[in-house]
Amino acid sequence: MSAPFAKLPRWADYGLIPLINLFVAFIVAGLVVMLVGENPFRAAMILVEGAFGRGQNIAYTLYYATNFIFTGLAVAVAFHAGLFNIGGEGQAYIAGLGVAFVALSLDTVLPWYLTFPIAIVAAAGFGALWALIPAYLQAKRDSHVVITTIMFNYIAGSLMVYMLVDVIKPLGSMAPQTRPFEAGAQLPKLNWIIELFGAKIRSAPLNLSFILALIMAYLVWLLIWRTKLGYEIRTLGFSSKAARYAGISESRIIIITMLISGALAGMMALNPTMGDQHNVSLDFVSQAGFVGIAVALMGRSHPAGIIPAAILFGALYQGGAELAFEMPNISRDMIVIIQGLVILFAGALEHMFRPTIQTLFASLSPRSVGLAAAKKEGA
Amino acid sequence: MDFLNALVLILDSTIRLSVPLLLACLAGLYSERAGVFDIGLEGKMLAGAFAGAAGAAVTGSAWLGLLCGILVSVGMALVHGFASITHRGNQIVSGVAINFIAAGSTIILGQAWFQQGGRTPALGAAQRFEAIELPGAAALRDVPLIGQIYSELISGHSLLTYFAFLMVPFTWWVLYRTRFGLRLRAVGENPAAVDTAGVSVAWLRYRAVICTGILTGIAGCYLSMVQNAGFVKDMTAGKGFIALAALIFAKWKPVNAMFACLLFGFLDAASIRLQGTPIMGVRVPVQLMQALPYILTVILLAGFIGKAIPPRAGGVPYVKER
Repeated sequence: MSAPFAKLPRWADYGLIPLINLFVAFIVAGLVVMLVGENPFRAAMILVEGAFGRGQNIAYTLYYATNFIFTGLAVAVAFHAGLFNIGGEGQAYIAGLGVAFVALSLDTVLPWYLTFPIAIVAAAGFGALWALIPAYLQAKRDSHVVITTIMFNYIAGSLMVYMLVDVIKPLGSMAPQTRPFEAGAQLPKLNWIIELFGAKIRSAPLNLSFILALIMAYLVWLLIWRTKLGYEIRTLGFSSKAARYAGISESRIIIITMLISGALAGMMALNPTMGDQHNVSLDFVSQAGFVGIAVALMGRSHPAGIIPAAILFGALYQGGAELAFEMPNISRDMIVIIQGLVILFAGALEHMFRPTIQTLFASLSPRSVGLAAAKKEGA
Repeated sequence: MDFLNALVLILDSTIRLSVPLLLACLAGLYSERAGVFDIGLEGKMLAGAFAGAAGAAVTGSAWLGLLCGILVSVGMALVHGFASITHRGNQIVSGVAINFIAAGSTIILGQAWFQQGGRTPALGAAQRFEAIELPGAAALRDVPLIGQIYSELISGHSLLTYFAFLMVPFTWWVLYRTRFGLRLRAVGENPAAVDTAGVSVAWLRYRAVICTGILTGIAGCYLSMVQNAGFVKDMTAGKGFIALAALIFAKWKPVNAMFACLLFGFLDAASIRLQGTPIMGVRVPVQLMQALPYILTVILLAGFIGKAIPPRAGGVPYVKER
């Protein structure tokens, strides 16, 4: 007989299983570290030290986490409707164009606190626009959103190279990037928050978009669990038949959800451009769109899970950079492996340990899984 | 005559550029026809390219390198199978994971083993698959047109190139003329029917996924051992996804797949050759040419050029009983 059907308590479902999956992913990553001839425990120590050791490092960690909160939320919102938006990378990249237009035309005219809201709208708008065609094709023409968003990532890449090299690049400049933004399009840093706790920071890119990311996380929670639209999105995700029976327009929800998802991914563009580099350059997204997939899977598509997952990946990015200094055989690409392993174990293989844990719970404490009476009768 | 020369050159590089696409595309065909979506072609190809070049560099033999490439790629295909067939995980998620693991580990292991910034050592002639001169190519070279086509286009490619093009009729034969092919297609359309007939759905799908691994491994080896003399980090550069696009463009049919790959290869060859020189007075941006395979695929998916209908059970894990 197969394992008894046992509903796990919530803390096991949302806490224990993701932690076990994460743990296995890190064990495998540790084996890779051993394979290249380094000590995995020392590597882990350096990584943690590099991510949280000093105020400076914490600020960097949170800066990277900001990117991943945005892209993680983008993937998560689409997940709730049963859609897989792999296009966060392209949507964020194109949103950089929106940021560039706003910043380049307003940065000498308006102060930052007026430019910022306009830039948010532009970034979200461009990101949403880039998600619109795949959304429309999924909703009306039944072509799979996964494939179209992958294609749109590459189209975005080509378009941005063209725009940056042939159109936006200032005359006489060699580097494929916009001119530097003036003070009117530079976001204030948030390093003083960490300095409140007594740490000293020389310079770190943590900026106001971190707060924006937290606000968006709250708004996404509000949207998904506290509004009619969110209810419709979740219904569609659970069962498209049920949604149709309830009179919910499938194509409308698909398009709206993808627009929201694209807008969230698009807002990620604000953090590196207006917050840190003060220009829009080639490849400024640098894979954050894909990290969002891992973050959303680990965070179980819930903002309360996405924020810690984003901070974890921020820590891996920051700590990984430090690790590359200390251990010559390990570069930042180690993070790409960990990311892949997390996606594999927390995503594709998420059910691998579930039956074992269910059996364990059922035998250790039948009451906790609601099997109390049934078990005895069955035996 | 000048025009003819230029055309032959472009067509020649079209063939060279379409080989990895074709192998990866046929690879995807086996898996997706069996109902297992695979967006991890890119990753398996990359891992195959690395393992092939590393194996050839260490052993000094092209054939052992090829074997390494195939083994590693099959290994990754089996991970995909384990997640999506045995554990009924999300096939898209698993494919994404494979891509990341391959992208990261090829660089890390390459740097650790060879200390050349993620490259493998340059391969010598014995460690690569060299061009093969077909009989009579030299003699026919001076015959106008036919001689040129024979000696430039058809002759002078590597073994893997001929293998790739021979795989097209072979795949057609397997799919449409053998029992295995019939079952493979059936398991992608209606696995329950195959199960009722007493054939194991899981074992069939595993075999399909292994075929995918073998072909992506060879595709990767072509990149690192024929097109280049060694592995360079991220050398697949999206070819796995172009192959995926070609597969959709070909509507999951082997002969169409060859034409789709040749078309996408031609676009690539033309964009390299033209580099923004004007065509009929209009300057076409290189980036547009590079994006064209993706744009064409999206237009096809939108249903404006025929309709691409995927295998019905694609992406859906099979549950025997509840």
